[in-house]
Amino acid sequence: MLPDAGYKCQNHHLLDIMTIGKILRTTLPLLALLSQFTACRKEEAIVPSTPTTVTDPADSDGEICGFFLLNEGNMGSNKATLDYFDYATGVYTKNIYAERNPGVVKELGDVGNDLQIYGGKLYAVINCSHFVEVMDVRTARHLSQISIPNCRYITFKGRYAYVSSYAGPVQIDPNARLGYVAKIDTVSLEVVATCTVGYQPEEMVIVGEKLYVANSGGYRVPNYDRTVSVIDLATFQEVKKIDVAINLHRLELDQYGQIWVSSRGDYYDTPSRTYVIDSRTDEVTDEFKLLPNSEMTVCGDSLYVYSTEWNYNTQSNAISYAIVNVRTKRIVTRNFITDGTEQRISIPYGVAVNPSTREIFVTDARDYVTPGRLYCFTPDGRKRWEVETGDIPAHIAFTRQPLAPLQ
Amino acid sequence: MAYLISGPGSGTTSVFAQRPDSSRLAHIQRIDSVVVVGTFRPEKVIPAQVLSGERLQRLNAHSIADAIRYFSGVQIKDYGGIGGLKTINVRGMGTQHVGVFYDGIQLGNAQNGQIDLGRFSLDNMASVTLYNGQKSSGIQAAKDYASASAVYLQSRIPEVSPDRRYNLRLSLKGGSFGTVNPSILYEQRLAERISNSLNAEFLYTTGRYRFSYVKADGYDTTAVRQNGDVRALRIEEGLFGRIPNGSWRVKAYFYNSERGYPGAFVREEPGKFRHEDRQWDSNFFLQGAFNKALGKRYRLSLNAKYAYDYLHYLSDPRLDVTTMYVNNHYHQQEAYLSAAHEFNLFKWWDLNLATDLQYNVLDADLVNFVYPSRLMALAATATTFRFDKITLQGSLLYTFVEDFARKSGAAAGDKNVFTPTVVMQYRPLRHIDLALRAFYKRIFRMPTLNDLYYTFIGNKYLKPEYTTQYNLGASYTKEWPKAHFRRFEASLDLYYNEVDDKIIAMPTSNQFQWTMVNLGYVEIRGADAVVSGSMRFGQLGVDGRATYTYQKAQDFTDRTSTYYGGQIPYIPWHSASAVVGLSFGDWCLDYSFIYTGERYESSANIPENHAPAWYTSDLALSKRFHLRRSQLRTGIEVNNLLNQQYEVVQCYPMPGTNVKIIISWIL
Repeated sequence: MLPDAGYKCQNHHLLDIMTIGKILRTTLPLLALLSQFTACRKEEAIVPSTPTTVTDPADSDGEICGFFLLNEGNMGSNKATLDYFDYATGVYTKNIYAERNPGVVKELGDVGNDLQIYGGKLYAVINCSHFVEVMDVRTARHLSQISIPNCRYITFKGRYAYVSSYAGPVQIDPNARLGYVAKIDTVSLEVVATCTVGYQPEEMVIVGEKLYVANSGGYRVPNYDRTVSVIDLATFQEVKKIDVAINLHRLELDQYGQIWVSSRGDYYDTPSRTYVIDSRTDEVTDEFKLLPNSEMTVCGDSLYVYSTEWNYNTQSNAISYAIVNVRTKRIVTRNFITDGTEQRISIPYGVAVNPSTREIFVTDARDYVTPGRLYCFTPDGRKRWEVETGDIPAHIAFTRQPLAPLQ
Repeated sequence: MAYLISGPGSGTTSVFAQRPDSSRLAHIQRIDSVVVVGTFRPEKVIPAQVLSGERLQRLNAHSIADAIRYFSGVQIKDYGGIGGLKTINVRGMGTQHVGVFYDGIQLGNAQNGQIDLGRFSLDNMASVTLYNGQKSSGIQAAKDYASASAVYLQSRIPEVSPDRRYNLRLSLKGGSFGTVNPSILYEQRLAERISNSLNAEFLYTTGRYRFSYVKADGYDTTAVRQNGDVRALRIEEGLFGRIPNGSWRVKAYFYNSERGYPGAFVREEPGKFRHEDRQWDSNFFLQGAFNKALGKRYRLSLNAKYAYDYLHYLSDPRLDVTTMYVNNHYHQQEAYLSAAHEFNLFKWWDLNLATDLQYNVLDADLVNFVYPSRLMALAATATTFRFDKITLQGSLLYTFVEDFARKSGAAAGDKNVFTPTVVMQYRPLRHIDLALRAFYKRIFRMPTLNDLYYTFIGNKYLKPEYTTQYNLGASYTKEWPKAHFRRFEASLDLYYNEVDDKIIAMPTSNQFQWTMVNLGYVEIRGADAVVSGSMRFGQLGVDGRATYTYQKAQDFTDRTSTYYGGQIPYIPWHSASAVVGLSFGDWCLDYSFIYTGERYESSANIPENHAPAWYTSDLALSKRFHLRRSQLRTGIEVNNLLNQQYEVVQCYPMPGTNVKIIISWIL
């Protein structure tokens, strides 16, 4: 053994251990602090709803107790949200779905595209989540979801719901993919049949035993579809196609059996226009060349039409708010907002009329990435109240059963 | 640099070995192997942060993007995983205001103006430098003045020691996400003054990783990221030469990849749909540089580049029932020429004149496409005065842009713009390395070809987007060559930036139709702080670096909005990073920490848009083995030690704990 060398070696180690100790003494508290800091990251809370009193409580003079509003949310952001307005309290509650359904993974989903109430159920078509969310209309609680890829709009008749979808069978040319309408049993909440229609089908209406669906062909620019498909509900087969105009979107049925059709145009040289199909003859009877149409809703003899028409040539939006008398087919006004509030609406994105009070509701999507606004107007177009909504407020469904408060 | 290949010394040892000779650095751009962290270099009077040599290689980083997170003032937008897009945003001004330079020449993307830093490997990287404002080192091209901030990626320059003919390094990295990443580096001396470097790297990853979303008293779900696989091949070949009073180099770069897009994680029926959209890329460039001093007072620098970029994107409803059919091919070409002249008029007065010419052309199979091309001419003049305590630099950049389109009337109008910069540095004390610095810079970015011409989105009436920067800062360095505590450096910069005529996407009549407009206005107030130091106790070396960033970046676009003045999306008020490295003989242990404070996903700073703070800790251990004639280096990295579940971009989950093993054999 060589004690000397051993001693030396030990000494050397000792020095190192001492210095390491010194470092540890200074760094350990730091590390402890750090670990404390890292350990206490809280779980994220469910975002609660935000109630706002927007107007005085009112007796629901008609049967309408309130309405649900579906905010689309920007694509890819999973920000579709549901709001509720209650006439009895005058309170508008923003974002009610998440707190009422804390167990539903990723909340309502991505891009809410349509909202309807039927038979005690609230149906929300969630386009980019590829399903129809079915809720109890009295509680807004999740009941079920019906899987339909790229689903767009929903309508009902009898025991069945009908949902339009872009995702039809793929044929040889993947670019020429037809859409379809799915038939859903509202009892079992399952798809029972599908019927292939035109390209990228959008809104639907049902007249008697016929379902009309507007085909847009929006994925096939510049070869837009120009037809409305007619499906016989008894056989659930497409029986004809009515040639109307390019890039069709909205359908609205009036009390005279006339179907009002919107064409979006091509955003360049062909402008947006409105057409009328007579459901008895299935022929186009009228063309309103000067009635651009983004969305419409009918109430009695009045068809409320707003238009946000974008033109790439001029790089501008032309906005209008028209009322058409569906019986005389005359344009009653080009601006149903009479108090100048339209100046504050940047992008009108939804319209609805309360059938009992005839109040007009217009939503403003603003810049699409911050919350939108909802405006309530008197029947003669003066603002009654306004409120902040979720992102891209778009679809309104009036309810005759009040939403139960959250327990 | 040589030790990386054959030298036995550890990085933290060599930090004390030598100080880079600054003038030589500036001229031949040799990057020494010292651990240079957050350094101040005399010839660069503008705030710059550098990660180089051993320090860079020891970071737990899959790519350049991961390394850049350790700079102050920087936010990386990361879509998650190895294949996810990673872009850099410096001081809140936006990705397109950051110029990224590879071996001194800017990487272009005329189409969308963003460079995916996730694609650049650290394998052959010698240094990464971030300049706020602009590089200000004597002779430089006009392009060096032409962005609001710039990242310089400097690849290795071969250094073969006189007793050897060649260096060879074989590396294999692998680990989580089914990642396999072999690479080879071969450096050879062809002649006394000419050397050659060949570097090739292959990367494959399945991109699969588990992630979870948990809400307090709510749902708790775990899923696996799908369709995030990447296959990439990179080959670089460089020739480097020295001539009397100058140098030249030529580099060919080739990158080819295929990757899937995992997409946003939104509510869907779990496992119901497979998202299968894919992208194929090929990038090629050939670039050359030449510089030579002619006489005592004049130096010439020439740069040239040709680049070809191909991108193929496919989304096929036959594979994914939910999707729309998109099958687009994009071809971009770029030609670039630059001549820069430096005149040393007096010892205290330099003048730099530079003219650049660039031509871009974009071809794509899009409907109604206008087939744009762009000619850009830039001229810059800069002058530097060096007095005893004060260095003053002023530059003026002139930019001319002319666009052409196949369809008449489709091209945007010509642009003629002058933009100035003023930089000042004051060193008040002779014996203390303290520098006070200030700069003002106004610069713009051109609307990209996508902004102007993309079918249905583009707007040819767009104006350039301007940034104005004001910066005040101080840096301090102190060294104690013999003491345990060897080096200390600190810097602090305060700044105020404005972005006006900001190009933003504006929706038109519906969600699926957007257009670009010059609407935005943003003001950013911030502070960047960097502290670093190193210590040595016998065999044990310790070095550390910490950064802190404060940013208040407010959106003042729409006066009528309730959220006027809201913090802009994805910019946290507070962010920080820390790196601590220990070396003991052949062992190295590194700990890295990144903190990103709370932020919002929209300028509406409300709970619905809130993104919580996240912070990750990474640990790496490596050891060198000395074999008879070669060296073996092995390492293991554990990233995100605490398995934190977080998002950088909304709906794009990031990986939890993951490991990487590295083996390099160096001959």
